[in-house]
This record gives sequence, structure tokens and C-alpha cells, in this order.
Amino acid sequence: MSDFFRNIIRFALFIFVQVYVFDKVPHLHRFIVPYIYYLFILWLPFSVSRIGLLFIGFITGMALDYFTNTPGLHAAACVLIAYVRPFLINILTPKDPSEFNYREPSPRAMGWTPYLVYVLVLTFLHHGYLTVLEWLSFGSFFDLLIKVVATTAISMLLIITTELLFTRKMKFRTNTA
Amino acid sequence: MPVLSYLISVYKPVPLRNIFLFIRRYFTFLAFLALQAVALWFLITYNKFHRAKGLGVANEVTGWFNSKYNNVEDFFKMKEENRRLLRMNDSLINLLSSNFVRTDTAVLFTRDSIPFDTLGHYRHYAWRDGQVVYNTVNSDKNYAQLNRGSNQGIKDNMGVFSSDGGLVGQVVNVSPNFSQVMSLLHVQNKVNVLVKKSKNSGTLSWDGKDPRFLTLSGIPKSDSLSKGDTILTGNYSLSFPPGHLVGTIAEIVPDNSTNFYILKIKTAANFNNLQQVLIVENLQYEDQADLQTETKKKVDEAKKNTR
Repeated sequence: MSDFFRNIIRFALFIFVQVYVFDKVPHLHRFIVPYIYYLFILWLPFSVSRIGLLFIGFITGMALDYFTNTPGLHAAACVLIAYVRPFLINILTPKDPSEFNYREPSPRAMGWTPYLVYVLVLTFLHHGYLTVLEWLSFGSFFDLLIKVVATTAISMLLIITTELLFTRKMKFRTNTA
Repeated sequence: MPVLSYLISVYKPVPLRNIFLFIRRYFTFLAFLALQAVALWFLITYNKFHRAKGLGVANEVTGWFNSKYNNVEDFFKMKEENRRLLRMNDSLINLLSSNFVRTDTAVLFTRDSIPFDTLGHYRHYAWRDGQVVYNTVNSDKNYAQLNRGSNQGIKDNMGVFSSDGGLVGQVVNVSPNFSQVMSLLHVQNKVNVLVKKSKNSGTLSWDGKDPRFLTLSGIPKSDSLSKGDTILTGNYSLSFPPGHLVGTIAEIVPDNSTNFYILKIKTAANFNNLQQVLIVENLQYEDQADLQTETKKKVDEAKKNTR
């Protein structure tokens, strides 16, 4: 299966799981909103250009926004993490390209610690920006801080669980291909 | 003049090439800014008008997926729904015997008692049934999506009640076959309601915290209230017929700084489990709304002229 089709299927899956599973779970607490759809952006191949990342981020966010009736809210947050992603990857991956021959970010490609840092920073940015935007129209500042931390924690839990449950089969990028 | 000629001799136009170089160098960053601007613009205009760019089309698409999902969901909620339906039917039969409601095949009439002309009466509210295809309670701005839209005669500002008669919300947007309902669990929602016992009216809103409870303010402390008192829709709403169930008082918080209670209201409709709903149309909506705006205009103009 080509990268393109794999990612199209992933896109649909992430959006539907977010809309029909995580947005549907019975209300736990007002600070806890389980988010996982943006893992799609985190999993995009390294080969996608920076401009491409931005547009894919925008489309992903808008797709979710149309389901949740908040046009622009998730799109703004997704564009932000799509913009920051390449910088983080540059910092966290080995500089020697011969050591580095995986297609997309994963614990196996980057090692658990750098990968978790990568996920944590982007998750925090995503939720922080999202909550600030929500807070601008409604809510108090103290709530904002707790909400960012609580939502980041629950998202990290979900993402680690996802990584352990669905180990992606990583193909090596070889010189022959 | 020498100054001018000096300035002209000093002035060097920025080569156009530099601008292109600048754009090319920061292209990613500029694209990032542009997309952010677009997203924020969507967000801001949407909050103002309850309208989104392209939401009409998107509504049809999300509606299609939602109705597929709903087919599955229905199966699991059937038992609960049947129980509610039975309860509703039961109360309707009681009403029929006392002749408050007349039914035909398509719509349910209420309050057609005021004589309008010699031929008969006029109808104030018409009811349609509908189905919820998507609904959330987790956000601070919750919406429900119904499987009826402008093709079925749904318009903005119609009221929506659950199958057992509890207030759900108000239609804020319609596409040809689907409509969006701003549920009571929306921080911008404000509904005029009254306490059945004392007939005093107040404003119902939601603080965005717990989806089981709404906040009712504006009920004076001179009323003696107790837990479990019934809250009904008020007399002054253009969207909802008066005297329909909204909820019951769950907690009474005396506000020491004012002469009003703050009441926690338990909703009659179960928002976690909405399936069948009734959509009510005020047939005189446009008349009433026009009259309001006309009056405002007239009075304001009169004020200006006297000054």
C-alpha cells in the first residue's frame, strides 16, 4: 500500500474515531476532553514538504471542525502544530542520515524518549492554543491552565496506548527503492 | 528645491527582486500566517452569526455520515426510547380526552382557540417530529443535528423539544436536509422560563461546567421555592410555546449580594440520550419579530425627532 492511500485511510479513521468515539463518550469532567485526531499529523511521513504539512493540517482541522460546528478552531491549532513539527523533528532525530532510514515518526524510528518529547510538545501546543481560542470567547484563566494540563495528560495516555496497541509495520527506506 | 533634488538623488527604490526573494525565503512562514488568519476568520465570523463558510455543503456531508452512524446507535437506544414514547403517548391520550390537542396525519395542533374570522380559528404553533442524528454534551458549545432541513420546512429559530416533552433548544442553522440545533447546553444560550408555582419568570443559561445542571437567575427571593419545583417555558419567547416542561429545581443557592436566587435546574430532557424530538414552529414568528423591530425603529426615531 502506498504512503498516499495509507494516509487517506488513516485520515478518515482518525476523524471518525474522534467524532464518533471520543466526542461521544459520556461526559467525564469539564476539564477532560479526549483528543486523538491530531496524531494523524504527527504520523505523517518525513517526506512531506513543509507547505504540504501546513495544508494537510488545515484540512484535517477543518474536517473535524465541520463535525463539531466550530469552524476554524481545530484548524488553527492543527496548522500551528504542522508548522512546528519539522523544527522539532530536526532537533530530535540523529543528524547522521545513514542512521536514519524510517519513513515516518514512531517510537521505533526515533527511540521512545525523543518520540515522547516530540508528542508531548506538540500535544501541549495543540491543546494550549485550542484552549486559549476557546477561552477568548468564554471562561476563566485559571480554568484554562488546568484544562490544558488535564487534556494534555489524557491525550498523552491515549497516544501511548495507541502506540502500544497498533505497532505500525515500518518499512526501511533502502537505497534500492 | 535643492532639498527635493537631494532627496531624489538619495532615494533608491527597493528592487522588486528583493521582495520576491523575501517572499520565497519566508514562504512557509507566510503560508502559516495566511492559514492561521483564514482559520481565525472562520472562527470569529462563525461565533458572531452562527454561520460558517461552506457549512451548508459541509452540513450535508456530515449529516450523511451522522445518519449512517445513527442507524447503529438507534439499535442500542431502542428500549429507552420506547419507554419514553409510551410515556408521551400516554400523556397525549389523556390530553385528547379533554380536547386540548387535535391531531391530523402530519402535524399536531396546540392552542388554536382564538377566533380569527368567521370561518374558523388560527393556529399558532405547529409540531413536526424529527430525529437527532448527532449530539454532543462534552463541549461548552453543544449542538444537535436533526434529520430535517429547509426541504421539510424547518427554519431558523424554531423550538425543539425531546420526545418526552422537555425543552432541548433552538434551531440555529438549516441546510436542505439537515438542521443544527443549539442545545440548552451552550454557553451562549439564553431562554426565558418561569417557575410554575409562583409564575415569576427568569433567564435560563448554562455555565459550561456540568451538563446535568443549568442555571436559572432572576427569580426574586420573595418566592418560596423548594427542591423539585417545576420550571416551564416562559410566555415571552418567540420560539417556544408557553407552559412546556423545561426541568425541575435541583438546588437553591441564595445569592447574598442581590435579591435574587440562583437556581440549579435539572433538565427534563436527557441530553446524553436524545433520539426522537419534536420541532415546533411559531406560525406568527415573522409577524411578531417584524413588529418588534418596527416598534424599536419607530420609537427610536420619535426620540431623535423630539431632541
